This record gives sequence, structure tokens and C-alpha cells, in this order.
Amino acid sequence: MNTGRLTYRHRRRGLDHDWFAHETNVRRAPIAWPGGKRVALWITVPVEFFPLDAQPQPFRPLGGLTLGYPDLWNYSSRDYGLRVGIYRIMRVLDGLGLRATAATNASVAERHPRVMDEIIRRNWEIMANGVDMGQLHYGKLAIEDERRLIVRASEILANAAGKPIAGWHSPGRSQSENTLRLLAETGFEYVTDWANDDLPYTVTTTAGQLCAMPLTYELSDRLLLVQHNLMVEDYEAAVLAAFHRLLAEAEQNRGGRILSLSISPWILGYPHRIATFERLLGRILATDGVWHANGTEIVTAFKSQVASVR
Amino acid sequence: MKDPGRYDYLPLIDRPIIRWPNGARVAFWVAPNIEFYELDPPDGQGRPLWPRPYPDVLNYSLRDYGNRAGVWRVMEALERFGVRASVSLNAAMCDHMPEIVDECVRLKWELFSHGIYNTRLIYGMSEDEVRHVIRDSVETIKRHSGQSVAGWLAPALSSTETFFDLLPEFGIKYTIDMVPDDQPVPIKVRSGRLISIPYSTEINDVRVMGVRGYPADKWAAMMKAFFDQVYREGADNGMVVCMPLHPFVVGQPHRIDALNDILRHVTSHDHVWLATAREIADWYYEHNYDAAVTFRASTKAQKP
Repeated sequence: MNTGRLTYRHRRRGLDHDWFAHETNVRRAPIAWPGGKRVALWITVPVEFFPLDAQPQPFRPLGGLTLGYPDLWNYSSRDYGLRVGIYRIMRVLDGLGLRATAATNASVAERHPRVMDEIIRRNWEIMANGVDMGQLHYGKLAIEDERRLIVRASEILANAAGKPIAGWHSPGRSQSENTLRLLAETGFEYVTDWANDDLPYTVTTTAGQLCAMPLTYELSDRLLLVQHNLMVEDYEAAVLAAFHRLLAEAEQNRGGRILSLSISPWILGYPHRIATFERLLGRILATDGVWHANGTEIVTAFKSQVASVR
Repeated sequence: MKDPGRYDYLPLIDRPIIRWPNGARVAFWVAPNIEFYELDPPDGQGRPLWPRPYPDVLNYSLRDYGNRAGVWRVMEALERFGVRASVSLNAAMCDHMPEIVDECVRLKWELFSHGIYNTRLIYGMSEDEVRHVIRDSVETIKRHSGQSVAGWLAPALSSTETFFDLLPEFGIKYTIDMVPDDQPVPIKVRSGRLISIPYSTEINDVRVMGVRGYPADKWAAMMKAFFDQVYREGADNGMVVCMPLHPFVVGQPHRIDALNDILRHVTSHDHVWLATAREIADWYYEHNYDAAVTFRASTKAQKP
């Protein structure tokens, strides 16, 4: 017998890696949000630069340029997000008194100080989103090269923000096996790449701990509107369904929940979608029990209640 | 081979009649796939296991969502409507997350074998290697739950030409590895007996919502339309409706209400038998298997 496929090296209690423990939502101690609120509304706006000459290294992230070089069509429609879409989103959020967490490619800080000024002026939290959408983190990336990417993104964005950056999102949600350790080593507090939970949890690396934050993938505009080609009304229905379910779970004394939204300027920032998005936010905010928070505020509330895992 | 050669052609309009218990028109069963996908599975298994290179954090974590959060919502919904599931279980879940398997047992759910991991395909395995997988899964599930495994679905829809022949050696009575019918179908095996129980790729949550990306309410509409049609037809000849589920898909907060909606619809009908796959198989063997085989042997049954 060829035993290669019949040998199971990690068949044991828990997960098949050591980055965090297996936990289940229903058995964890309930989390309480400030003021007894039920659902934290956490809005992330990816602020991205898709280079015209990006190579599929080792794949193209969702939203990456897919036509032949030079792909002016996709390049310029992503750029639309930074020229037009993000300002529409800002207008909507301003009107509702909401602040976003801006998951920002460092290249945008270098190329578009105007965008950064508007983000900072609104007191949006800046989360690092790597260097740009053409520089992914992946398994065979040399650790020194990856460390350089992380440090560079961290420094450029901290310089733009005028303060250290707490949150990290890897471009295209792609990591190497070193990413978590390098993030802890660089001083990040939380990471948003893993799509396996509705709540924060603790990640342990040899360089220290991180908080894994549940930035939505399933409810992201790029999955629903770009990958799945749905209408914005379907997006609205999906978000409302999730919101009502999370609210109901919180009301059953299961603890606070998080409604995580990911709003791309080059997707929801288009004229035919933005009004629906605004209406959706209005409906959510009209409900009692919503805590409007950014990434760091949620991490802080979580950490104050959960004993850290050694 | 040009044809699996496992069953004869038996058209819908020309076959023996099935009568389910208590005059039910439809046997309705629910098949949650409770799975473990390894982060770093062995290479060279016949097709890529992950779309991205190791470590595919995005896709691994999306599946892990089912075991951290989604499965509990699925359990709650089924319990609320008094529906027991038949679990397509990667046996390694007994080792990795026994609390989930324990909860299935508490809910009186049936556990059947879905191999060891969803990242260990059986393509190209020798018969002894396949036997090793079947035996390991059957023994692991028995040891953990006390249940004798009656059913089989190969991991991640992988297959070999002969694995059907090996299943009866381990006491397995039914397979759901083929979807040729809305009724059980006798499967030809070297020795012993085996039947196919209807399953579905067509209205499977992972295909409808995960791959094709339809909204949850559209999936619920499809599932209800499927049920309503078969319910009408089942007045003449008893049929089976299977609802395959994947907790990482349907257990998302924006989708779970669609499952509740389907269950409310199905359980509001009088002539539905809420069964496990094992119960359907046992009934079929007792009342219908011989008639089907006899009918098959008669002149009416045509060779393909």
C-alpha cells in the first residue's frame, strides 16, 4: 500500500496548526459591548491601488486586473474608487455620523495624500492593507522580503496617520506561514485575514499575540456584487438578514455580536448603488442596540474581557 | 469503462411502486456535511485541494467557519423543527472536534462516513487503500459515537471504479455517491447488497449559494419548488427529497433564516416522512429492494 495519503500527521484534538485554539461561538463567554449594545457596526473601507503592471504573484486577488496588459479598463475603474467613489462613501457616512476603518494600501498614502487627508480629517482609523494589490503575501515569499513589505507598509501609513497602526489586512487576504509572526513582531495588534468567525479571538505567535478580527468576506461587496454578480438589492437583503440574526442572537443573552461590512469605493461607490447602501445603513441605525465602532475600539473591548491565552 | 455499470435503466414511468410509512408521499432527509479540510494536505491527489498555494488562509478559514460558528446554527434550526439529520462526517472530526460529534449524537442524528478528511481524495487508490479508509472511518465513528455506520459518501466527491464493491464488506448499506434518481436504486456489487439513496448536487447549498452565488432566498425558493413538485408526484409513487447542507455555507448569519424557512415549509405538510437516510434504506430493503431487483430482471427493464 502507498501510505502517503493514509498517514495523518495532525489528526488530534483541535486544529491542524498552532496559531490559535479551536473554539466555538456557542461555548465562549459572552462579550459585552459598551453601554450594553447588542451589535457592533464595524465598517471597513478598502483603500486600494491596483498597479497596471501587477503580475499574478502567485494569483490575482479578487478585483485584480484581468484583461491583457495594459488593462486600462479595470485599472481606471479601480481608480474611479479613489477619484469619485470614496468621496461618495464619505458623504454618506458623514451624513449618518459614521466613521470607517480604512484598510489602506501604503501606495495610496504615497500617491494620494489628498485621500489620506480626508480620511484623517474624519478621524477614520487607518488599517494597514500591505503595500498595494500587486504585492501579495504568499507561501513561498522569502521571509526577509515579507518583513520588508510589512515594515514598509507600517512605516508609510504610521507616518501618514501620525500614529502607530494597530490593524493589518493582507492584500487579497493572502498570507504566508510567517505573516502572523511578522505582524506581531512589527507591533500590530490585530489582523483581519481569517474568515472563520463572527467574533474576535486570540492568535498566538512566537513573537507575541494578535487579535483576529472578523472582517467579513461573505458579506463583502466584492464577493456579492463582483464575484457573484448580484444586484445591490440582494446585497442589502443579505446584510439586513445577517443584522437581524446577529441582533436576535445577542438578545438571547449570547453576548455582543459584530456586523462587519466591507465597502469598496470602486464597487459600492458607484452612482447606481450608493443610495441603496445609504438606505441600508439608515435601517440599521434606526434599530436600538447598535454600537458604532472602529476596529481598535472593538479589539479594546474584547481584550478587556477575555483573559489572554498564553 | 464507458458506463459505471452499477444500475439498470429504469424509467420514471415504468417501475415498481414505493409506499412509505403512514402513507407519506415523500421521505425527506437532511444531510449536513461536517468536514475537516487540512491546511496542508498531501500533494498529488488528482486535483488541487486549495485554489491558492499553501497556506490558503482565506479558503481554509471559510471552511473552518462551519465548525466554529455555522454548525451550531444549523443544529438549532433542525432541532427547532424536530428534524433529525444524517451527517456526512469526515471521521477525523471525531478526533479534532469531538464536541461537535457529541452534539450530533445528543440530537439523535445519524452519522455516516464521508472518509477521513475532505482533503484526502480516493482517486487512484488501490482497493486495499480504499478499504483502509473505509475501515478507519467506520471504526472511528463507532468508537466515538457507538453508531454502526450504514452509509458512505466519498470525500470531496472523489471516486474509484470499484469502491462500491468494498462498502458492503464493512456493513455499509447505502451510498450517496451518485444522483441518478429521486428514488432509491439498487446498486450492483460483487457481493452483498447496496443501494443508492437520493442526494443532490443540483440544490446543494454549496453549489447554489457558495459556487454560483445565488442569494439565500433564491436557494430557499429552489428547495421549496423541488419539494413541492416531488410531493405532488409522490402521491403516485413514494419519493425522496434530500437537502444537502454545508454549515460553512448555510450557517452564515445572512443565510440561516433561509434554512428555517425551508424547514417550516416542509414540516407543514402532512404526508412527509422526516427520516434519516438509514431509516429510508432499512424501509427500502424490507419492502422494496426485492421487488426492484425482480423487476429489473424482468423483460421490462432495459439495458442501457
